[in-house]
Amino acid sequence: MKQFIVFVRKEFYHVFRDPKTMLLLFGMPIVQIFLFGFALTNEISNAKIIICDLAQDRGSHQLIQKIDANKSFEVDHIIHQNSGIEAAFQSGDIKLAIVFPNHFDKDFLHLGRSDVQIIADATDPNTATALTAYASRIIMDYQVEQSIEMKRVAHIVSEIRMVYNPELKGVTNFVPGVMSLVLLLVCVLMTSVSIVKEKETGTMEVLLVSPFNPILVILSKAVPYFILSLINLTLILVPSIIVLGMPMKGSYLLVYAESALFIFTALGLGLLISNSTNSQQAAMLISLMAMLLPTIMLTGFMFPVENMPVALQFVSYIVPSKYYYIIVKSIMIKGLGLAAIWKETLVLALMCLALLAFSIKKFKRRLE
Amino acid sequence: MHDVVVKNLVKTFEKCQVQAVNDVSFTVEAGELFGLIGPDGAGKTTLFRMLTTLLQPDSGQASVCGFNILDDLKSIRSQVGYMPGKFSLYQDLSVKENLSFFATIFGTTVEKNYDTIKDIYIQLEPFKNRRAGQLSGGMKQKLALCCALIHRPRILFLDEPTTGVDTVSRKEFWEMLIRLKGMGITILVSTPYMDEANLCERIALMQAGQILSINTPKEIINQYPRALFAVKAEQMSRLLGTIRTFKFVQSCYAFGEFHHITFHQLLPDNLPRLKEELKGFESLEIKKITPTIEDCFIQLMNEEKQMA
Amino acid sequence: MRADIVISTNKLTKKFGEFTAVNHITFDVHAGEVFGVLGANGAGKTTAMRMLCGLSLPSSGEATIAGFDVYKQTELIKKNIGYMSQKFSLYEDLTVMENIVFFGGIYGLSDAQIKNKSAELIERLHFQKETKKLVGALPLGWKQKLAFSVAILHHPKIVFLDEPTGGVDPITRRQFWDMIYEAAESGITIFVTTHYMDEAEYCHRISMMVDGEIKALDTPARLKKHYQATSMDEVFYELARGAQRTGD
Repeated sequence: MKQFIVFVRKEFYHVFRDPKTMLLLFGMPIVQIFLFGFALTNEISNAKIIICDLAQDRGSHQLIQKIDANKSFEVDHIIHQNSGIEAAFQSGDIKLAIVFPNHFDKDFLHLGRSDVQIIADATDPNTATALTAYASRIIMDYQVEQSIEMKRVAHIVSEIRMVYNPELKGVTNFVPGVMSLVLLLVCVLMTSVSIVKEKETGTMEVLLVSPFNPILVILSKAVPYFILSLINLTLILVPSIIVLGMPMKGSYLLVYAESALFIFTALGLGLLISNSTNSQQAAMLISLMAMLLPTIMLTGFMFPVENMPVALQFVSYIVPSKYYYIIVKSIMIKGLGLAAIWKETLVLALMCLALLAFSIKKFKRRLE
Repeated sequence: MHDVVVKNLVKTFEKCQVQAVNDVSFTVEAGELFGLIGPDGAGKTTLFRMLTTLLQPDSGQASVCGFNILDDLKSIRSQVGYMPGKFSLYQDLSVKENLSFFATIFGTTVEKNYDTIKDIYIQLEPFKNRRAGQLSGGMKQKLALCCALIHRPRILFLDEPTTGVDTVSRKEFWEMLIRLKGMGITILVSTPYMDEANLCERIALMQAGQILSINTPKEIINQYPRALFAVKAEQMSRLLGTIRTFKFVQSCYAFGEFHHITFHQLLPDNLPRLKEELKGFESLEIKKITPTIEDCFIQLMNEEKQMA
Repeated sequence: MRADIVISTNKLTKKFGEFTAVNHITFDVHAGEVFGVLGANGAGKTTAMRMLCGLSLPSSGEATIAGFDVYKQTELIKKNIGYMSQKFSLYEDLTVMENIVFFGGIYGLSDAQIKNKSAELIERLHFQKETKKLVGALPLGWKQKLAFSVAILHHPKIVFLDEPTGGVDPITRRQFWDMIYEAAESGITIFVTTHYMDEAEYCHRISMMVDGEIKALDTPARLKKHYQATSMDEVFYELARGAQRTGD
C-alpha cells in the first residue's frame, strides 16, 4: 500500500512539472465550458430575412413590423418584386423570405382569408425548419389578434416552400462539413507529423548538410498527401452523392479545383506547425487541438456561427474551413459557379499564399 | 593549407546555463585524420554541429575548406560529408535505396563515385535489398559512412561513429578510415574511446567544453609529466585501497589488469619502498610503463580541476 | 566451491518467434562476486539479464535468482535485486532527494530507513548541494553514480548493471568501479555487462556471449592464458571474429 502511495506522489510530480499537461488538464475544460455555455447554441436569433411586399398595404406593414420586432428575425431589406428573392438567397446571408401577395389586407378583411408565402433556404435543413416554424407562429399570432379585434375569424394561410433542398436532407449539411474536416485534419496532421519525424529520427540533420534545398524536401512531402487527399475527396463524394443523396448541382471541376486550393492551405498550416515543434507527439497534439476544435465549432456545420458571441465570430473568419464549407455548399447544393463564390475563393487563396510564404520563410535552415 | 580553422568558439544552451563549448580553438590540415577524444558531454557533437553549419556559435569564428560557417552555409554543405551520432538514415528504405537517394541529393550517382565507397560497400552488397532498420549496428555504420562518402566530399565529419558498435566492427571501421585518408580526404572523427586515439594523426582531448590538449598522440604521451608505473598482485581491490594510503604515492588508478601509479617525487628508492610496503601481497609485479592516452586524459583532467 | 550460489541457470533459453536470442546458457554466480558479461550488441546480454531480473519469462530452461524460481516467483526476485541501466536509471524531472525517497518507498523501506540511508548516500557522494536539483540537470557521471547508489539502497542480494559506464569520463568511470567494489565487499553480488575491455579485468569472472551463447566463462587471467592473449581485448576479438550475428 505504501508503495502505491509513493507511486501516486511521483505521478503528481510528473504532472505538475510538465506545463503542457497542466494546460491540457485545466485549460481545456475551462475553455470548453465557456464555449459550450456561451457560444454554442442551437437557438437561432436575429436571422436575416427579406420581405417581398407586393401588397404594400396597412396589413402587410403591420405584420412586417411584428416580424421584425421578434427576436428571431431581423428584416434585412424589403423588396417589391419576386425576382429579387433568388438573388438574395444566392448571396448566402438570407435564410428566409416572406412574400405578401397583392391585396393582402383587402383579402384578409373582406374575403376572410389571405395567403402568405414563406420561402426558406433549406441547405441547412435544421435552420430552415426552425425559421419557418417561428415565422408561422408569428403569422398565426397576428391572425388571432386580428380576428379578436375584428370580432370575426379570418385566416392567413402560410404556404411553405423549401428551396435548394426540398426534401430537407440532413446530408447537405454534414457532407460538406465532413469534407472540410477530413481534408483539413488529414493534410495538416500528416504533413506536420511527417516533417517532424525527420527531425526526430535525425535524417533532417543529414539532409540539411547537403546542397539540396530543404524547402524541396518539404514540398516533396506535400505532393503525396495532395494526391491522396484528392482521392480521399472522391471517396467521400461518391457514396455521399450516390448513396446518401447529396445533391450535386454544380460543376465537378470547380469542386475539385476549390478543394485543391483548400488542401494547399491545409498543407501550409501543417508546414507552419512542423516549424514550431521537434516532437511528433507535440505536432500531433497541436494539429488536433488547434485544428479539430475550431473547425468543428466555427465552420458552421454543427452550430450556427451567427449566434455566437462576436469575439468568436471574428475568430471564425480566420478558420479556412469556414470558407471552404460555404464554397462547397454553394456549388453542390445551390449549383452556383465561380461568380457567386469569388469572394470566399479569394480569401482562401490569400490565406493559402500567406501561410505557405510565411512557413517557407520561417523554415529553419539550422537545427535550433 | 588548413581545411578547418576554429577560433575561440563558444556555445551555450538553456540561456547560458549549459556551457557546451567553451572557447575552443584548433586547426586541421588538409588530408589529416584528426580525432576529437572525450566522454559524453564534452562538447564534441556541439562542435561538429557548428562546423557543419547546423548550429550557430554564440561567439568566435570558424571556417571549413576556407568557407565561413556563419555566411557560407551552402558552400560548406555541398563540400562536407556528415555522419551524425545517431543512426540517421531511412529505416524503411533498403540499403540500395538509401544510397541512391543520398547520391541524388548531392547531385551525383552511385556509379560515378563507386570507387570511393567500393571497399566498404562490398561488405554491404549481400544485403543491398534489406531495409536499413534491419541491419546490425556495425552494418548500419558502414551504410551511413557510404552515404556520407557517396559524393566524394573533401572533408568528412564523423560524430562518434563507433559508439555502441561491437569491437570487431570498430576495428574494421578504423581500417576503412585509414584507407580513406589515403585517398586524400580530410577526416574529423569524434570518439569516447581512448584507445582509438592512437589511430589518429593528431588528436584533441576534450572535456566539459574545453580542449585539454592538442597534439599527435605520441607527443601527448611524451608530455606526460611524471614517470608511470604499473602494479599488480592478487586481490587487486585491496591493493588499490592499500596503495592509496601511501603518502609518497601521488595517484593510483585502476587500469584493468594493472594499477597505474605515480609518485610525488622522483626518488630512486620509490620502487624498493613500494615493494617493501606491499610485501604482504602475493604475486606482486611492478614495472615502469609508457603512459596511454587515457593516463594523459586523467592527468589533464586533474590539472584542470586544480586550476579551477 | 562456495556454497552460497545466488544465481543459477540451466539451459536458459529465450526465443522470439523463430529467432533465438539466448541459447541454452548455463552458469552459476557466487555471493559477493563481481560477475561480468561481455558481448557485442545483439549478442543476447540484455535479454539474458532481463530474464534473470524477472522482467521477461524464459522460453525454456531453469534459473534460480536469490533462491527464487524465475518462472513462479518473479515478484520475490524483484524484491531482492537492484537494477540500473544506461538508458534508464532515475526520473529526470524529479529532484535527487525525490528520486531517493521514491525508490526507497518502492523497495519497501520504512521512513526511518529512507532517512538514514539517504543521508548516508548524500554524504558518500558529496551531494549535499545537489539534493534539490532535478536529476536531468546533473552531469552524466553524477547521474550514474547516484543511480547505482539508489539501486543498492535496500541492500539487495544482487544488483544488475546494464552497461552502466557508457560514455562516462575516465575518472568517473573508476569512481564508479570503486563503488562497485565496495558494494561487492559488503556482500552484494554484482552482475554487470560492459563494452569496456579493461573493465572485464575488474570482474572476478567473466562470461563472453556470442550469438546468444556463452562461448567462454572463467577468470580474466585464465581466459588470457587459454587464448594466449595479453589483453581481454584480444580474447574477445578471437571469440567474436567467428560470430554469425555481427556479420549480419
